[in-house]
Amino acid sequence: MSAGSVREFQQSLADLDTASTVVSPDEFETELEDIIETPAVGAELPFDDPSLSDLPVQLEPSPAQLREAVTGVTGARMGIASLGTVAVESRSRGDEFVALYPACHVVVVRERDIRADLSDAFSWLRAEFEAGRQSLILATGPSSTGDMGALVQGVHGPEEVHIVIIRDNE
Amino acid sequence: MSESTPTRPEADRIRALLETESDEIKENTRLFNAARYDAVEAVGAETHEQYRTRAREIKEKSIERLPDLIHRTRTAVEANGGTVYVADDAEDANRYITRVVADEGADSVVKSKSMTTEEIDLNDALEADGFDVWETDLGEFVIQVAEESPSHIVGPSLHKSREEITALFEREFEPDEPLDSAQKLTAFAREFLGERIDEADVGITGANFVMAESGSIALVTNEGNARKCASIPDTHVAVAGIEKIIPSIAELEPFAGLISRSATGQDVPQYLSLLTPPVDTPTIDFDRADEPGFGGGDADREFHLVLIDNGRRAMRRDEELRETLYCIRCGACANSCANFQSVGGHAFGGETYTGGIATGWEAGIEGLDVAAEFNDLCTGCSRCVNACPVKIDIPWINTVVRDRINRGKDPGFDDLLVDGLVPDEEGSGTPLRKRFFGNFETVARLGSATAPLSNALASTGVARKSMESVLGVDARRDLPAFERTTLRKWARSRDPNVEDPVRRVVLYPDVYTNHVRTERGKAAVRVLEALGCEVVVPDVGGSGRAPLSQGMIATAERKARSAAESLLPYLEDGYDVVVVEPSDIAMFRREYEKLLPAGAYERIDEGSYEILEFVYGLLENDGDIDALPAGNGAGIAYHSHCQQRTLGLESYTETVLERLGYDVLTSDVECCGMAGSFGYKSEYYDLSMDVGETLAEQFEPAADERTVVASGTSCMEQLDSLLSPGTRHPIELLDPVGREDETPNGTSPLRKS
Repeated sequence: MSAGSVREFQQSLADLDTASTVVSPDEFETELEDIIETPAVGAELPFDDPSLSDLPVQLEPSPAQLREAVTGVTGARMGIASLGTVAVESRSRGDEFVALYPACHVVVVRERDIRADLSDAFSWLRAEFEAGRQSLILATGPSSTGDMGALVQGVHGPEEVHIVIIRDNE
Repeated sequence: MSESTPTRPEADRIRALLETESDEIKENTRLFNAARYDAVEAVGAETHEQYRTRAREIKEKSIERLPDLIHRTRTAVEANGGTVYVADDAEDANRYITRVVADEGADSVVKSKSMTTEEIDLNDALEADGFDVWETDLGEFVIQVAEESPSHIVGPSLHKSREEITALFEREFEPDEPLDSAQKLTAFAREFLGERIDEADVGITGANFVMAESGSIALVTNEGNARKCASIPDTHVAVAGIEKIIPSIAELEPFAGLISRSATGQDVPQYLSLLTPPVDTPTIDFDRADEPGFGGGDADREFHLVLIDNGRRAMRRDEELRETLYCIRCGACANSCANFQSVGGHAFGGETYTGGIATGWEAGIEGLDVAAEFNDLCTGCSRCVNACPVKIDIPWINTVVRDRINRGKDPGFDDLLVDGLVPDEEGSGTPLRKRFFGNFETVARLGSATAPLSNALASTGVARKSMESVLGVDARRDLPAFERTTLRKWARSRDPNVEDPVRRVVLYPDVYTNHVRTERGKAAVRVLEALGCEVVVPDVGGSGRAPLSQGMIATAERKARSAAESLLPYLEDGYDVVVVEPSDIAMFRREYEKLLPAGAYERIDEGSYEILEFVYGLLENDGDIDALPAGNGAGIAYHSHCQQRTLGLESYTETVLERLGYDVLTSDVECCGMAGSFGYKSEYYDLSMDVGETLAEQFEPAADERTVVASGTSCMEQLDSLLSPGTRHPIELLDPVGREDETPNGTSPLRKS
């Protein structure tokens, strides 16, 4: 399994009309606060550190809050550099709802979790499946359709996706 | 006549579609098709090929061990807390699903796009029991509102323009604001369907893949509707054909890249959901809108996997139809099909499935009668063969089904007359017209023997009228004119004067080159001799292409055996077999694998070459290019041949012409639309011309400055009728003797008015 580069990941995201921001662990909270448009909902990140708890993000929201939110923040434990893909896990914290309802989906991914390509991603997926984590979405860019006569972004999922990459501490 | 379908209603139906749906279908399928070519190029042809090989292997093995995989799937899903139901047929499946919905006390159901539920008419069954059903894929939603059937496996509403959808929605929903843009339509549908999804008690999805080991499903979507349908209602029902099962997540990898690349030219879909239900996503309760924790719902998630047989187990036992089950429903066979691009799935499709592979599906699921309604729209051009991500030989499936349809027909009066006259192996019942085209070799032999009388006779109004009414040969088509002196006769009369030849060559006298287009055969002989080859034109019969394309497999097989018998001794003797007609080299290299014993096929496959491929080889091996006339920068508009392109042989012609100094413009249409006998058939004349129009549009602006050349006989006929007569085979440009009446670059085919 080889690691993917942040640069390539960002390039892939740019090709998908998807914004990305690279932050250091120290800057994470201030940068994220800038990115998040409120009202926002979130699912606590799937790694120990950092946390969304001090951010203006409603965790475990009510259905009404979910519908009103313009931003949804989730984490991803895997990104694919060559494709700009992130893995959103279907966890009991409701990542799937948070990722789907608001118009903007902000995804937090750590540099060390970026894989080079689809093949590396599948090595990771096989390990995940073996560990019993077997429900996740490989999401690439905003939701889109061509069914209404032209390409339109933002159908049943987000119209906009913003990936926040946390640099590894050297 | 014994053709059970009269040609006129079919011609009218096709004409109507050409006028109404064709523009949208063309634009959309060609976008998908071009995007697929680009995506394959971006990932690298070799890498793509490796994925295809791996995907094919996985599907072959999975179908082989299907009973075991069904068993494993059941075990895994049940261990996860879900339920598996294997339904024998549509009725069985619908009974089970409506019961699940009723047991939930549900009022409404939301669905994400699923061809399998289209196949079993699930919506009708649910609605009959009083449930509201909403399709959430926008394309499928349009079709539902319009009460139409899908016109494409991937894009069900591909035939509808934005303006038509606007008119439809404004009529049905009477919105306050006009829905006069794709954005507004999408926003409207999102809101409307969003409410339906939030209210629904049951979500029904398909499954692109089922993974037995973990009891997981994979769903491919771009809109996100499958994600919602699978997670928002408490109960999730996934419906899939039994053929969708693969062993585990490990086998999913090649398909994850292939499916979107083949379907829409995307590297990956927007969303590839890998779900092992019941998922951990909490249930959500919109009735308790202000309760934190998504309404604090404590309902249990419920999951049902409904695996559908509905004819598939019988297909699995059917040697010829089996590979249909490898299909991953990407629609690439439809997008790469010239006929489909013109008429779409409302002509080229059955009850549910559309495009080339639909013949296999509809024959297996609905029956031969449904497949018979559109099977003849496959011309065997083979452009779908390389497009298919799992390497299904789609033309072969169409041929096999055509053969079965032929044999299933009741013998009529005509057959009693014809049986004794034509040298074929077909049972009574094979339509007279198919036997006419299938036995074209016999027609050609008679035609040459009695030329020019045969040509004069065939072109009279009376003859054309009766050919149209009896054989369905369209009177608007020029008929091939037979040459009195066949190529073989001409060759016999000459002195081969090559001493110490570099190669010894059998020039295969295909039916057209031998009887009709003898000029290109003579040119081939002279070019080969100029490059130092000894050339013989032996007495070899037809390759079997003509009967094969009519679905007359037994006759094709007999022809193939006979041709092999004639050719093999030459090959053993060190001769190379060189072929002018691309559809015949395609027989030798592709279809003979199905028609001949392995050893004979391999020998012929290895030892046979397309004429320009062979010339290229000679030039590469010190052949003297100066022995051929130079192009001097003259312009060429070159149309290769569909089957030639599938074999990857187009580039040899381009390269040779360029080396000679020609300026070559090559067409990029999938097929010229003539496709052998297809364009001669009355009911397909308009379609054939419509397909050809695309080619004409590419060449017309250049036709004043460029000589139009084409490799295939039927392509030449088609170009002659679309532009001015005078289309030539590329080998004629290389002819050291040349035709006296014109110089290689002297013709200016102007468009026929």
